[in-house]
Amino acid sequence: MTDMNDIFATPQPSRDSSSEQESDDAAGYYMPGDPIQDTKAPGGPIDERWNTRQFEARIANPANRRRLSVIVVGTGLAGASAAATLGEAGYVVKSFCYQDSPRRAHSIAAQGGINAAKNYKGDGDSVYRLFYDTIKGGDYRSRESNVYRLAQVSVNIIDQCVAQGVPFAREYGGLLDNRSFGGVQVSRTFYARGQTGQQLLIGAYQALERQVAAGTVKTYTRHEMVELIVVDGRARGIIVRDMVTGELETYFADVVVLASGGYGNVFFLSTNAMGCNVTATWRAHRKGAFMANPCYTQIHPTCIPVSGPHQSKLTLMSESLRNDGRIWVPKDAKDADKNPNDIPEEDRDYYLERIYPSFGNLVPRDIASRQAKNMCDEGRGVGPEVDGVRRGVYLDFAEAIGRLGRKAIEDKYGNLFDMYAQITGEDPYEVPMRIYPAVHYVMGGLWVDYDLQSSIPGLFVTGEANFSDHGANRLGASALMQGLADGYFVLSNTIRDYLADGPFEKVAENDPAVVEAQQAVQARIDHFMTNKGTRSVDSYHRELGNIMWEYCGMERTEEGLKKAIDLIRSLSDDFWRNVKVLGSPDGLNQSLERAGRVADFFELGELMCIDALNRRESCGGHFRAESQTEEGEALRHDDQFAYVAAWEWGGQDGKPILHKENLTYEFVEMKQRSYK
Amino acid sequence: MRLTLKIWRQPDAATAGAIHTYEVDEISEDMSFLEMLDVLNEQLNSEGEEPIAFDSDCREGICGMCGLMINGEAHGPQVTTTCQLHMRSFHDGETITVEPWRADAFPVLKDLVVDRGAFDRIIQQGGYISVNTGAAPDAHATPVPKDNADRAFDAATCIGCGACVASCPNGSASLFVGAKITHLGELPQGQAERDSRVVNMVAQHDHEGFGGCTNIGECTAACPKGIPLDVISQLNRDMLTAIKHGH
Repeated sequence: MTDMNDIFATPQPSRDSSSEQESDDAAGYYMPGDPIQDTKAPGGPIDERWNTRQFEARIANPANRRRLSVIVVGTGLAGASAAATLGEAGYVVKSFCYQDSPRRAHSIAAQGGINAAKNYKGDGDSVYRLFYDTIKGGDYRSRESNVYRLAQVSVNIIDQCVAQGVPFAREYGGLLDNRSFGGVQVSRTFYARGQTGQQLLIGAYQALERQVAAGTVKTYTRHEMVELIVVDGRARGIIVRDMVTGELETYFADVVVLASGGYGNVFFLSTNAMGCNVTATWRAHRKGAFMANPCYTQIHPTCIPVSGPHQSKLTLMSESLRNDGRIWVPKDAKDADKNPNDIPEEDRDYYLERIYPSFGNLVPRDIASRQAKNMCDEGRGVGPEVDGVRRGVYLDFAEAIGRLGRKAIEDKYGNLFDMYAQITGEDPYEVPMRIYPAVHYVMGGLWVDYDLQSSIPGLFVTGEANFSDHGANRLGASALMQGLADGYFVLSNTIRDYLADGPFEKVAENDPAVVEAQQAVQARIDHFMTNKGTRSVDSYHRELGNIMWEYCGMERTEEGLKKAIDLIRSLSDDFWRNVKVLGSPDGLNQSLERAGRVADFFELGELMCIDALNRRESCGGHFRAESQTEEGEALRHDDQFAYVAAWEWGGQDGKPILHKENLTYEFVEMKQRSYK
Repeated sequence: MRLTLKIWRQPDAATAGAIHTYEVDEISEDMSFLEMLDVLNEQLNSEGEEPIAFDSDCREGICGMCGLMINGEAHGPQVTTTCQLHMRSFHDGETITVEPWRADAFPVLKDLVVDRGAFDRIIQQGGYISVNTGAAPDAHATPVPKDNADRAFDAATCIGCGACVASCPNGSASLFVGAKITHLGELPQGQAERDSRVVNMVAQHDHEGFGGCTNIGECTAACPKGIPLDVISQLNRDMLTAIKHGH
């Protein structure tokens, strides 16, 4: 039997970061734990590690696979691709999603594209360059072995998708087109107009439905995972709620895969879909799966601003808009409600061009986002006042239209301008757009080793739900790449090593672990349904989101994070006492679904703040105001924080336990970035 | 603005439903239609009445989860998804009727929520190219003329929302099936299974209880992604070819 303990690090004489961390801002909020390490990645030359692992990972006997069962939760790129591939390999797969069809998972909304080191343009791209860019983009907080593998399999993804009929953009010669994306120097991004995620997901969905027809996969739509079942230290099943009948159902398997996406909706407002939630991964966390780097959040600078207190979600617009648009706010706060076209040039502050003269409006996402917040905090924001503050800055195309002509701008950005007009009712050709940053993606997630196995044996995690490849910040067009890399090419080659020991002993329906899990789920539902509260679930979710955005958003401080933890705790207490859920548990009940999700967001939100508090450095998507250069740039502290913070659930009334995984760089040199 | 909403409420699939009337006030024109329903639901919750169940997920017009009949039109007065419809399309004092998709093949589950599982079952009957993971040749092995790639893409933008079915007097899903037939049939990779695909998908379509196409064109007029009517011609053409080939 795989021993939990094999992830605990053997003492490394060369480095012991736990003794080097000078600050301890989160003292009192957590318990120090033993260091951990990934024990699955082979050593040796980086370009041979994946081949070595694929060879060393045992193969489950093909005749045996019909008796080996896999549960996959989530049907986005990472889940649908995994379920299809495992079905093709002959395992018995059950696939679950909360939507009414696997095709609706939120991968579908990704616009930009997918990276792959094909070097079809002959512009000097290579697996090594994609690896290097991803490590650097992640601000040296990801694992070299994992990232190198990601770059290696990226090329197979494109082959697979083309064979499935994904209609990527093509040139007149019939070959695939590429574009440059996210500030990298090569053109390695494959795309299908502005709907790449949709097309890739439909490809994976079709592969999945093909396996359904073949009888290897059974899909359970409108089923939400509400608990993980761990028996004798192994993940052996899940409890789901049938969202139509309200029935709680228990499913067992030899292995459980979570591909349930990210938790950006802890902020309430984000570019995530309404249903995106942390429940699957959080329930696993409470059963022993470590949550890694939960504070790493990516905030996207070019989203459509909040229009009022009714706002339910935020919509992203491609950041390519910053190539031609100029960002500004009025110099004087009293001009905030003036018609922008009436504000003369000398009264405008093109603040990015002023502060960062060489990069101007093209500074990285986190800088553009933070500066927009700073302008609005100064009272110079524009657009409608929401809770007393105007949260928007202008993105102005007047100069570009003057220089290139309206036609050229229409050709380049027509669909984005139409989308903006549809949502805001304003014509961006005549009036400057208003933009504001929004939470977009989370780099944090469940801790996994090189095999994508969590700290619970038999629980594997793929896609945005894991933490593994993006470090502290994700490059554009890399989320789709990672989801499909994990699902099509990595997981099927690593999970077989675990399954080679199966099938495992059948779990008894009345096993105490099963009964206890079922009772816990039922008790939670009973609480919500019988609680005589007065406030709706959404009102709590919005308030939690405001706390997270204010104190654990673009800029974090020791003082703010401590305040946030207090606020979250008292709001959470109030939620449990005072939430009001109407209707019946025995049928479709959307308030009940949301209540369970928001309950988990409270616990996650607190851990995110503790993680952010502990990490007294700025790196990637995490900016601590106490750790910046004189110019206000993010400042890492590699001597203290070159580690993955993997948090173990410390119990309902206990404190989370911090396990550190040291990050060592054998192939890439760690550098500080500069965009001045 | 102030609105009167006449909304279909139905406790579950087995129980008969009815139109209920609600009043909402202080609706901003910047709200999306679904945000207006969120406001109504908050109001109902505080009054002790169970909120109205309706589907939505991405709320940016791409997942296909939302879909309501608004004043008798699929997705309402604009050609877009319900989530991308904004209240500026309505005026103060207006009465708006909101119903679920109406089609035999889309049974109502509760209030405004319907079961569109029939679409998945149609895809299972051939809406794919059979290629196992790892079995693909290099992506550049087969060039695809740009015109074919573009037409495949246009058809592939279908979001599976079901507006075509809801707006068709026959309750036909021919636009949905035709879009998939066209998407895969335009590509060289899709040729090997072209005949069996159309035969099996259409058989499943009929089996699910969708009606036949009589070239009315309401489907393409309501389609938020502008899937053109000629995908149904393509469907018929492919069907003829398959029959000629002995299917």
